[in-house]
Amino acid sequence: MRWQVPATIALAALALAAPLLVPNDYVMGVIARICLYSLLALGLNIVVGFAGLLDLGYVAFFGIGSYVYAFLASPHFGIHLPFIVILPIIVAVTALSGILIGAPTLRLRGDYLAIVTLGFGEITYLLLVNLDRPIDITGGPSGLISIDPPSLAGFVATRNSEYYYLFLTALGLALLVSARLRDSRIGWAWQAIREDELAAHVMGINTTVAKLQAFAIGAAFAGIAGALLASWQHSVFPANFLFQESINILAMVILGGVGNLLGVILGATIIVALPEVFRELALYRLLVFGLLLMVLMIFRPQGLLPVARQNARQAVVPVPPPASDAKEGTAP
Amino acid sequence: MSDILSILPQQLVFGIALGTVYGLIALGYTMVYGVLFMINFAHGEVFMIGAYIGWGVLAALLDAKVGGLNPIWVLPLLLAPAMLCTGGLGMLIERLAYRPLYVRGATRLGPLISAVGASIFLQNAVMLTQGARMKVYMTNFLFPRTWRFSIFGTSISALLIVMVGVAGAMMWGLHVLVQRSTLGRSIRAVAEDREMAAIMGVNVGQVIGTTFFLGSALGGAAGVLIGLYYTQIDFFMGYSAGLKAFTAAVLGGIGNIRGAMLGGLVLGVTESLAVTFINPAFKDLVAFALLILTLVFRPEGLLGETLPDWKKV
Repeated sequence: MRWQVPATIALAALALAAPLLVPNDYVMGVIARICLYSLLALGLNIVVGFAGLLDLGYVAFFGIGSYVYAFLASPHFGIHLPFIVILPIIVAVTALSGILIGAPTLRLRGDYLAIVTLGFGEITYLLLVNLDRPIDITGGPSGLISIDPPSLAGFVATRNSEYYYLFLTALGLALLVSARLRDSRIGWAWQAIREDELAAHVMGINTTVAKLQAFAIGAAFAGIAGALLASWQHSVFPANFLFQESINILAMVILGGVGNLLGVILGATIIVALPEVFRELALYRLLVFGLLLMVLMIFRPQGLLPVARQNARQAVVPVPPPASDAKEGTAP
Repeated sequence: MSDILSILPQQLVFGIALGTVYGLIALGYTMVYGVLFMINFAHGEVFMIGAYIGWGVLAALLDAKVGGLNPIWVLPLLLAPAMLCTGGLGMLIERLAYRPLYVRGATRLGPLISAVGASIFLQNAVMLTQGARMKVYMTNFLFPRTWRFSIFGTSISALLIVMVGVAGAMMWGLHVLVQRSTLGRSIRAVAEDREMAAIMGVNVGQVIGTTFFLGSALGGAAGVLIGLYYTQIDFFMGYSAGLKAFTAAVLGGIGNIRGAMLGGLVLGVTESLAVTFINPAFKDLVAFALLILTLVFRPEGLLGETLPDWKKV
């Protein structure tokens, strides 16, 4: 992989110089959004890509992060904590909520988990919409407004290019953390669980703890992304956190290549940028999404940039379940 | 408090009627789970399309100004095309979203995602062809509002009785089919051990397809019933109904046909109690909370799963 180092440097230089190259603030906003969603997708990639747990309610953590930021930095409760203080709080809150939702359900079968996370996402959304009476906590369907912009040492972000650098920093850190995690003991444990949970368990991996770690870390990524979104929009609405959004993020992870960090960013770029390029096709976007998910799973389940399993002597072939189609399975 | 107690029986009646329909949808999940050990994520959309087909037939009948709309012949006329089409749709989903993946022995994630894809595709296909606005079922022409009687101040409409009757009859029919017929024996054999069933001469692919057909057809029938009951349908209705029906299936014990019926009833009644005693806005929340509580405290469901041991990993 001789080309990797120069390619990475070129990409990084391009990313840093991006605000000088784009024609206007609107395009800058789209690029900033790509960074934000890449961060989200990297978080989901830890859960789905590394540990192989299908989380269909991931957007809940995104929502929790956003609302916690809004609670702590808006006139709603009259609290205005500094940006840098709120971030660790959000990491703690979202990681904890990841553990809370994961703990009772992770010992269950994988597809139950998908449904429970879906239900959890739905509950979060319903709470955001309905917790404005009798005590106004979430602001109900109209959300919370006048949220503080991010500021650091007297410098307040106002333009999209400034938000872009903020998001890019977060994305860079997320990439670094993801890559380090992937090659760590925890990362190996996750991948072992993904390939064969029973075998991983037999090898002495505490599968429940490992899965909880994936859930908590993935949730923390989403929490940070939520805080960034809230500070960027200066407002949060329950409609930002619909099931549709969970599917969008999932599509980014799968499209790019489950488990592959650059693939995930490529997926996020495609899914954020495509509707911008094809404005008139916006109506058909989800239709194409659905079709794409099916076609991709059938013809290229490994995504556009599949993971190179270079460390393993040989890619672990998942043992097929005692399944066989009639054509192959019937006695000759 | 006396106020609440007076509407309680009424709410219970609604809950039971709704519960039987949830049970009907839940059968689709439970049957597919039994043979394939996978959640049919597109089942909610199958249900929604059943509701649209029933709506289309009813609207066509009203447009043609057919006189004397009597539920005795109109209801089968709504149910039959809805069930046939959704059954076929179910087989198509199995062919496109499941078979290419399970034949290859792909990971569990694959079919789940392709089914989510199918579900999104169907939702948007209906939205783009039928419009995003809700459609109104002309239930009044079929079941006039005056067709009701009351016991102890609790009003029961003819429609509710028909709902419970149709759903109950279908469940009973399915139960007999699965327990007594050759097809039912094949389904149970495939659920028990697919490979062994194949060796014994069962056409596994065909049985799985038929299971999808049966489950989806029941889902389509449920769509028509729910459409008649709520009188409003939209392209998004399959999402929450599907979630609730899945809850019902898990609640009763997945893979267990009687469990699906019981789970549906428990869910329907719990929901109506939540509406009465807590807050109508939290109706859906209670259903999901019930699902999570079941999975935490009794993951095998009320009546127990009927999955073979190797599936209970």
